[in-house]
Amino acid sequence: MKAPKTHNILSPEYECMSRDAIRQLQGERLRKVVKREYDNVPIYRERMDAKGIKPEDIKGVEDLRYLPFTNKTDLRDEFPFGLLAAPKSEIVRIQGSSGTTGKPIVSGYTQNDVDVWTEMVARALVAAGGTKEDIVQVCYGYGLFTGGLGAHQGATKIGAMTVPMSSGNTQRQIMMMKELGSTMLCCTPSYATYLGETIRDMGIDPKKELKLKSGCFGAEPWSEEMRGKIEELLDIDACDIYGLTEIAGPGVAFECLEKKGMHINEDHVIPEIIDPVTEEQLPYGTAGELVFTTITKEGMPMLRYRTHDICVINAEPCACGRTTVRMGRITGRTDDMMVIRGVNVFPSQIESVIVSVKGVAPFYMIIVDRVNYTDTLEIQVELDGENFSDTVSDLEKIRNEIAEKIKSVVGISAKITLVNAKSLPRSEGKAKRVIDNRKI
Amino acid sequence: MTVRQISVFIENKPGNMVKITDALGNAGVDIRAMSLADTQDFGILRLIVDDTDRAKKALKDAGCITSITDVIVAELPDVPGAMTKTVRLLAEHGINIEYIYAFISQEKNKKAYIVFRIKDTENASKVLTDEGIVLAGEGVI
Repeated sequence: MKAPKTHNILSPEYECMSRDAIRQLQGERLRKVVKREYDNVPIYRERMDAKGIKPEDIKGVEDLRYLPFTNKTDLRDEFPFGLLAAPKSEIVRIQGSSGTTGKPIVSGYTQNDVDVWTEMVARALVAAGGTKEDIVQVCYGYGLFTGGLGAHQGATKIGAMTVPMSSGNTQRQIMMMKELGSTMLCCTPSYATYLGETIRDMGIDPKKELKLKSGCFGAEPWSEEMRGKIEELLDIDACDIYGLTEIAGPGVAFECLEKKGMHINEDHVIPEIIDPVTEEQLPYGTAGELVFTTITKEGMPMLRYRTHDICVINAEPCACGRTTVRMGRITGRTDDMMVIRGVNVFPSQIESVIVSVKGVAPFYMIIVDRVNYTDTLEIQVELDGENFSDTVSDLEKIRNEIAEKIKSVVGISAKITLVNAKSLPRSEGKAKRVIDNRKI
Repeated sequence: MTVRQISVFIENKPGNMVKITDALGNAGVDIRAMSLADTQDFGILRLIVDDTDRAKKALKDAGCITSITDVIVAELPDVPGAMTKTVRLLAEHGINIEYIYAFISQEKNKKAYIVFRIKDTENASKVLTDEGIVLAGEGVI
């Protein structure tokens, strides 16, 4: 049963400010965070000094463009605590995500950071029709990944009955959904589709036997076609939610029931769209790389963090009454990151595993596909022609070693296929290492 | 006495076997015995040929991964029970057989040849020859 199209707003004092007031608030908060970074984080101080910028030079949002960028590699290089802008004793939570190589990246949260993040997810749930009467089933993974805990905290904050199912075990998910009468769902869009298909295969009629009304789906890119599919299969409203660990987690931006782009929580972050090559700011309405500056974060604030996600920002007012700008769907990446089963995967992580294994050559091909609404990852690896063992058990050992290391470094399982030496395509320039057959 | 066996890695795809037999045929190499160890995705083809060096070069030129392994080839009369004596001897000496395959020669009075892959070929050869089992050399088969 779809949610009635009402527009409840959790914090209208921030979500519905005039554009001038938002900009002023952002300016005030930006000045504070710039000073905080300059005073506490060596790399920000060095980079600002190198550009000849002092914190007092940044007077408002219009001066954002003078500030240095932050990249994922900075989180790796400063891992784990080099970017903390608060004393370690003030950090109450660590969340993490995949890095570009074997090492993960982590972010430290003060209690206030956890509260801000919780508020952002709570706003998203309210925008999707959530109230304290709801039963929210969270089937994002719980752990370092921000999905599970993020949705959990948000649902708890709005006073909903929160069901921390975590990911997997579809039969049990459906049983609990039916028995408890869950009304909202938080998971990846591909899992929502899979749940929907399974429910239909089991002969369950969502209109009669389930009480679902809406869901917040994110952690991977999806499309309007997929929205249509989820809404039809589960008979719900499907809203998009966006976020990243470096900035907070899910909830940085979210859709209301208008479903026309995701409202960015502009009292906590300032979005920019830049040309990824020239790094110049682009006007709203133009597609480019999304960049965020956190303006309320204490533990690990980020100045101009490059998400590498490509999208368009729309500043038109929304029918829901919120005045915050909206970001469109992510239409691509400016780097080679893939999102597989909601997990960020870089080819460089896979390469770091392959070069560490004896018996194979550093040539590989990553093949991503979607089978039964679940992403599959296959890695073809060339055997080392010079050191080939002729027993099946030795080859299986090599294959298992790669599979285990991939699971541990990347966080998801992959099918490893050993292939003949020199059989994978070589190229003169940047080798094509990824074949993505998914139709999203 | 051992015989050199050539092993070839094969991806489990149509046409890959042709590539190998074609390369060997064009190089004028005669296959004397073969066996295939298969898994879901790949196989290991093991061959005994009349000219191992020529075979290795031909396969390498065809883009195959190969390796050479020493195996023991026992020459037995092709009669019921002949094999038991050989494998029992190995068992009594605690020698493990990694894999085994066999072929029959029509030319030489119906002899059976059993190919053994054993880690310690030297010890196994001694155990078998001490008990009068004939081991074939590379030119014989």
